[in-house]
Amino acid sequence: MTDILPGLLGFSVIFISAILMLGLSWLRRKSPPVFRDIPAYTRLRRAIGRVVEDGTRLHVSLGRGVLTTSQSASALAGLTLLRRLAELTSAGDQPPIATSGDAALTFLSQDVLQTASQTSAQGTYDPTAGRLTGLTPFSYAAGVMPAIRDENISANVLMGNFGVEAALLTDAAERENTFTLAASDNLTAQAVIYASAQEPLIGEELYAAGAYMDAGPLHASSLIVQDILRWLIIIVILVGSLLKLTGFL
Amino acid sequence: MKIKGVFSTAIAIAVGLLVLVGYLFGYKADGSLSLLGKLQSSLLYIAVALAGFAVLVGIGNLLLVHMNKIRHKQKGAAYSFILIVALVTTLLLGLLAPYQPKAASIFNDSFNVVQLPVEASLMALLAITLTYASIRLLRRHLNLLSVIFLITALLILLGTAPWPFLGDVPFLSNIIRPFVAQIPATAGARGILLGVALGTLTTGLRILFGADRPYRGK
Repeated sequence: MTDILPGLLGFSVIFISAILMLGLSWLRRKSPPVFRDIPAYTRLRRAIGRVVEDGTRLHVSLGRGVLTTSQSASALAGLTLLRRLAELTSAGDQPPIATSGDAALTFLSQDVLQTASQTSAQGTYDPTAGRLTGLTPFSYAAGVMPAIRDENISANVLMGNFGVEAALLTDAAERENTFTLAASDNLTAQAVIYASAQEPLIGEELYAAGAYMDAGPLHASSLIVQDILRWLIIIVILVGSLLKLTGFL
Repeated sequence: MKIKGVFSTAIAIAVGLLVLVGYLFGYKADGSLSLLGKLQSSLLYIAVALAGFAVLVGIGNLLLVHMNKIRHKQKGAAYSFILIVALVTTLLLGLLAPYQPKAASIFNDSFNVVQLPVEASLMALLAITLTYASIRLLRRHLNLLSVIFLITALLILLGTAPWPFLGDVPFLSNIIRPFVAQIPATAGARGILLGVALGTLTTGLRILFGADRPYRGK
């Protein structure tokens, strides 16, 4: 029994979270929840508006998160945002471009851009819009920097798994005087992004992109589930500390 | 949703669920793999093999992007030409390396003499970039958090670096730095990691529900 206990515990957490997400998305379908203001997402909406009006380009960089590892979640959150942003910029003159440092991620980004192109004003799909720029951290950064500089880009979104090389990308964007929103699941990169990016996102704010960009009711309910689970963790930590302090644990 | 979309979504959800269940109940009491565990391993092996093949196709994409740049005489086309020449040369050397010891030596040298120093110089550039970014931080976001961020970074830097003739700075190196690094920084980092873990969980669930489809299926 003890060997399946951790599995059962993990399964229970996932199952309860799933039920909560589905239930809350059904309940909140008519009255969407109100979340705290994250200024970076408000400014991203404005930047998207400018991209469409100016006829410039949006650039989304998805980082180097390998899909078969746990780093993939941030890349998948980036892909969700890419899909939403591609829809929002579909009325613009130029399609967005997506860069990444992992080949599988590149194909997914191409797929997302191709799907979005079917409803866009341009109507055509450019197979070079989803690009693999390099497979090592710095070759990836070196490949993204010219894209930021040379492709008439006015808004950059860096969302995925980055390392310290994120500073080179935010610096390149700053030099071009373009809007930059950056987020990573890596702690070191978050510190670097906080210091160097125009609009940094910290911690789980990365995963809130879908909810803040109206990607669907499940995105909004997943944020509420995150809050519920966070409070549960806080209670467990406090009770555990108290029990330890009083000698019961 | 088209039939192709339904099909790819169904496969993605089924494979996702199998891998998840295999991860949770993949081992028997004696430590050996259960049927679910074996199934999970097989699916992951397929994923890894496909990812390996994707790298090859991804390099094709890299070539296509840079060849387009040269063809349309875009800005930076000269760098694209250098990239293609370097890529083809390295590929040929790599293919010859198992049969020609000289080619193997040139292949290793090209990595040690070109790739490593270039990446090291980018790392050095990063140090300057970060210093400059820290200076710009207060101009961009002048608030309490930015001030705390900079003061903490400065204290840790001063407390960590060995100073000429002084060595460690008393009080700063043995009290302030360990306290900041071990208590507030660790607590903050754990808080952020818990948030990231919860975000990862809900992102995974949205994919299992088919609400997020990072593949063709909308």
